[in-house]
Amino acid sequence: MDTVKPWDKDLLAKQSMQPVPDFFENFYDEHIYFSKEASSGGQSVGGGGCGCN
Amino acid sequence: MQLKYIKKELGVATCALLQVPAAAVHSSDADWDIDTAVLFYSESDNGVSAFEPAIYAGKDLGDGERIDLRLVVDVLTGATPNGAHPSSVAQTFTTPSGGSTYTTQPGETPRDDSFKDTRVAAGVDWTLPLNRLQRIKLGLNGSTEYDYQSLGISATYLQDFNNRNTTLSAGLAFNNDTISPVGGVPTPLSNMREAGTGTNRVGGDDTKTLTDFILGITQVMSRKTLVQLNYSLGMYDGYLTDPYKIITVVDQNGLPATSAFTNGDLPYIYEKRPDSRQINSLYFKTVHHLTRDVINFSYRYFWDDWGITSNTFDLKYRYEIGRGYLQPQVRYYLQDAADFYVHNLKLGDPLPETASSDYRLAKMTTTTLSLKYGHAVGENSEWSIRAGFMNQSVDDGDVLAGTETPDTDAIIVNAGYSFFW
Repeated sequence: MDTVKPWDKDLLAKQSMQPVPDFFENFYDEHIYFSKEASSGGQSVGGGGCGCN
Repeated sequence: MQLKYIKKELGVATCALLQVPAAAVHSSDADWDIDTAVLFYSESDNGVSAFEPAIYAGKDLGDGERIDLRLVVDVLTGATPNGAHPSSVAQTFTTPSGGSTYTTQPGETPRDDSFKDTRVAAGVDWTLPLNRLQRIKLGLNGSTEYDYQSLGISATYLQDFNNRNTTLSAGLAFNNDTISPVGGVPTPLSNMREAGTGTNRVGGDDTKTLTDFILGITQVMSRKTLVQLNYSLGMYDGYLTDPYKIITVVDQNGLPATSAFTNGDLPYIYEKRPDSRQINSLYFKTVHHLTRDVINFSYRYFWDDWGITSNTFDLKYRYEIGRGYLQPQVRYYLQDAADFYVHNLKLGDPLPETASSDYRLAKMTTTTLSLKYGHAVGENSEWSIRAGFMNQSVDDGDVLAGTETPDTDAIIVNAGYSFFW
C-alpha cells in the first residue's frame, strides 16, 4: 500500500473513481433490490423507508 | 470523458479523502449541482410497473459545509404476487378491501391486480466540518404513500487521517414507519374471507422501528486504486409482516383445500413474520483505474436471524470512448430461504408460529445485465441512459409439479442528466 501524495491524486479525483460515481444509478438499484430481495443495505445508512418490502 | 466535479454525499467524503483542491472539483461555490433522473421498471406477464422521476440538488456552502436535497416520486401500477402458488385449478381470492374478488386461471401465478400506489420521498443531508479532518453529516428522510408513511433521521461521523489516504466513518440511522393496509391489518394466520362476508382484521394500522449502524473504512491503496469496507448492523422491531401476502392451505392432493373450510373461510391464510429482525452485512468495494477505463466491483455478504444469508456481486466496467463511455454491468445475487418460509401449508398440520410463502424470502437468485452510455456536454454537464434485464429464479425444492414459483423477469431503463445551475 502506497502513501499517495495530494499531487498524485489526479486519477482518484475523477468522478468515475468515486465509490458511487452515479448517485441515481446507485439509488435506483438499491430501491429495486430492496423491494425484490430479502437483503438490503451495506453501503450507508439513512436512505429512508418504503412500504415495498 | 470525465466531468471536472465531484458530487453527492459520498463525493463529499471522498473529496476530502483525496485532498483535491476545491477549485479543481467544483466549477463554483455559488453553483447548485443538479441531477435529474427517471426510472422505468416493468415486469413481464402484467406484473409490477414503476415510473420514478427524481431530482437531486447539492451545494457547497463554504468552509466544507454542504447541503444535499433529494425528491423522488414513485408511481406503481400492475399486479403483484399475493403469495399463493399456481395450481391446476382456478383460484378465487378476495381483494384486500374485502369487497370484491379476482380469479387466477389454472397454471397462472396468483396476483392481486388491485395494486396501485404513488410514493413521494424527500430527503436532506447537511454536512458540517468539525475541523480540518473531521466532519459530520446529518440527514432527514420522509416518505408517504397510500398505505405507508416513513420518517427517519441519521448521523454519520467521518474522520480522515494518514495524509487523507484513509477515512473512517461511523453512522447511525433511526426510522419510524407506519403501515395502514387497505382493509386493515389482517389477523396473523387467519383465513382470507369470501368477499362480503367480513374480514379477519386486528386493527387499522401498525408500526415498526428500524435502527441501523454502520462502521466503515475507505482506503487509498495506490494512485489508481481505492477500497472500501463496511460493517452494517440493523435492528428492526414491530410489524414486519406483509399484510397483503397469503399462504395456500392444500389438501392431500396438493390442491387448495376449499371444501375443508366453511362459513366464508377460504383455503388461504394471512402470513405472519417474527416481530423482530437483526440483519448484518459486510460490504467490500474496490475502484481501480486502468490506463483509461475504470473497474468498479463490490461484494456483500449478508446474514440475519431469520436464517437468511446472501451473497451479492456487482461488477461495472467503464470503457471510455472519446467524450462518452460505455459501461456494461453484471450483478448476481444468491439468497438462502428464511427459516419460516413455506411453499404452502398442509391441511391438518398444526399452524406454525410464523410462516410466509412470499417468494422474496425463498431460496433464489437474481441476475441482472445492463449497459449504460454516458456522454459529456460541455465542461460541466452529462447525460446518460442505462438499459438492463433482470431475472429472478426461485429454487422451490421438491414441490408438486405445476405449483412451482415462476421466474420474475423485468426490464430496467433509467436516464439521467446532470448539470450546474
